[in-house]
Amino acid sequence: MTLQNKVYRTVIWVWFLLYSLWILYPLLWLVMNGLKSNSEFFLDTWSLPKQWLWQNYLAAWDAGIGQYFFNSILVTLVSVVLILLLGSMAAYGLSRFRFKGVDALLLIILSGLMLAPQVSLISLYKILQTIGLYNTYWALIVPYVAFQLPFAIFLMRSYFLSIPRELEESACMDGCNTWGIYLHIILPMGRPILASAALLTGMSIWNEFMFAMVFVEDTSLRTIPVGLMNLRSQLNTNFGVQLAGLTIAALPMIIAFVLFQRQFVRGLTAGSVKG
Amino acid sequence: MQKTFQNARSALPYILPALLLILSFVFLPMILNVYYSLFRWNAFSVERDFVGWEYYVRLFRDPVFYTAVKNNSLYAVISIVVQVGGGLVIAAILEDRLIRRWQSLFRTIFFIPSVISIAVVGLLWQLLYNPDIGLVNGALQMLGQNEWVHAWLGDSKTAIFAVIAVSQWQFTGYMVMLFLIAMHKIPEDLYESSMIDGANRIQTFFKITIPQIKEMILVGTMITVIGAFKVFDEVYVMTFGGPGRSTEVLGTMLYRAAFRNDEMGYASTIATVIFAITFALSLLQMKWSRSGQEG
Repeated sequence: MTLQNKVYRTVIWVWFLLYSLWILYPLLWLVMNGLKSNSEFFLDTWSLPKQWLWQNYLAAWDAGIGQYFFNSILVTLVSVVLILLLGSMAAYGLSRFRFKGVDALLLIILSGLMLAPQVSLISLYKILQTIGLYNTYWALIVPYVAFQLPFAIFLMRSYFLSIPRELEESACMDGCNTWGIYLHIILPMGRPILASAALLTGMSIWNEFMFAMVFVEDTSLRTIPVGLMNLRSQLNTNFGVQLAGLTIAALPMIIAFVLFQRQFVRGLTAGSVKG
Repeated sequence: MQKTFQNARSALPYILPALLLILSFVFLPMILNVYYSLFRWNAFSVERDFVGWEYYVRLFRDPVFYTAVKNNSLYAVISIVVQVGGGLVIAAILEDRLIRRWQSLFRTIFFIPSVISIAVVGLLWQLLYNPDIGLVNGALQMLGQNEWVHAWLGDSKTAIFAVIAVSQWQFTGYMVMLFLIAMHKIPEDLYESSMIDGANRIQTFFKITIPQIKEMILVGTMITVIGAFKVFDEVYVMTFGGPGRSTEVLGTMLYRAAFRNDEMGYASTIATVIFAITFALSLLQMKWSRSGQEG
């Protein structure tokens, strides 16, 4: 290795290690201080906790995080299931059928990708009140599904297009209908992209903040990101418990990402769309 | 069989449920919003007074609107430099043979913040910026930079930069990942022939890497700019537009008009402007990414 390469490599390593520290230390600080008592937190925010106060997590859970966590899981799960079902059906319809108007339909659906959720915040709020969904789980699920569908359809359609048609033809020698092909060929063959779509849309929904704040008002229906805001005003000075709550909110997505990185990256590759 | 697949009637049952949901909960609100912006109304009123363009006139005279547009633009410019520019350089270095072995470790670390909720990240950084207990000032003191110690979010001169910095912390790794995905498609022999020609790393970066992934650079830039005009969560959580109105962005301005001041018509007007900006930017993105595919 030349001297120049050695210098280059050292510079890069120093840079990347510092960058990694800049990313990881705040997260580590979050976990560490979530285990400290308030007095220890004020005395020394840098060190490891002297006493590991796991009861902070219990306190956060009881202060409402438990309920918010349950709400987040429920809303995310139901939304993702609906997105996968309706999205894969639509993607199938838009990738396998050739009829007049199919391109126009595709264009309409995909242009949903371009619309910022803020723009519909007020009229959706009004619509949800009018149809009686305001302040229920459905006030979150329905808009989440509608806003994530264009992205899910975009992902799945391009994948379904790559599934060879001969497969269907051979499977249908002894006769089957379009529903059979969807059920027995497209869905099983499309499993990888379904997994990616589930992860990416699930992540956006789990993390969503604005709709969750506006479309429900009962504390008992709040999802985690908004619930944490409640917790902040409620536990004004109890930092350990607040930080424990933040950790509980962040951890599921970090774990999901580390475990299912391949599916994440596949979704990003196919999608290249943020959020 | 072939016949069935060319029949709209057999296709529609698959498409309609999703289509109807999108039409009624994405497109209809969008259109209604423009209509709502022409009326004076509040959240629980039955009556609506037609005011025409009044709110648009008011918006363009509202100094806060210009603060917001300025802050959104600042967000866009800084994010392009740091996330797109910085992300591009970091991705290129991770592809370098000298470090490629460690690529998956580093890209995982860099990506982690972007899977966390923006609201959670905002709450965390609000504590980190806290003048008494936060890490930021603590770190500056440790480095001996006492004169830098500062209430970052409490000073209207630094607050918006402090908020924007959090966004860079969170999303630079996302851009690194997008660029790496694009770079993996560059054929290896392009690099080899460039090496044979005696090109150094910087020349290779400009002559091979950038031209080969220029489509992704455009897409990344547009995602970043559009994202900058959709900013809401982190500002709401960390400063709610303050101190004063110094960190107001279009999103928080909209929220404040609607749910603090109960001026739904004015809020709809702001939403319509956000729509116009993000839609125009998205059209540009589509045009550019398509021309890249053909070229």
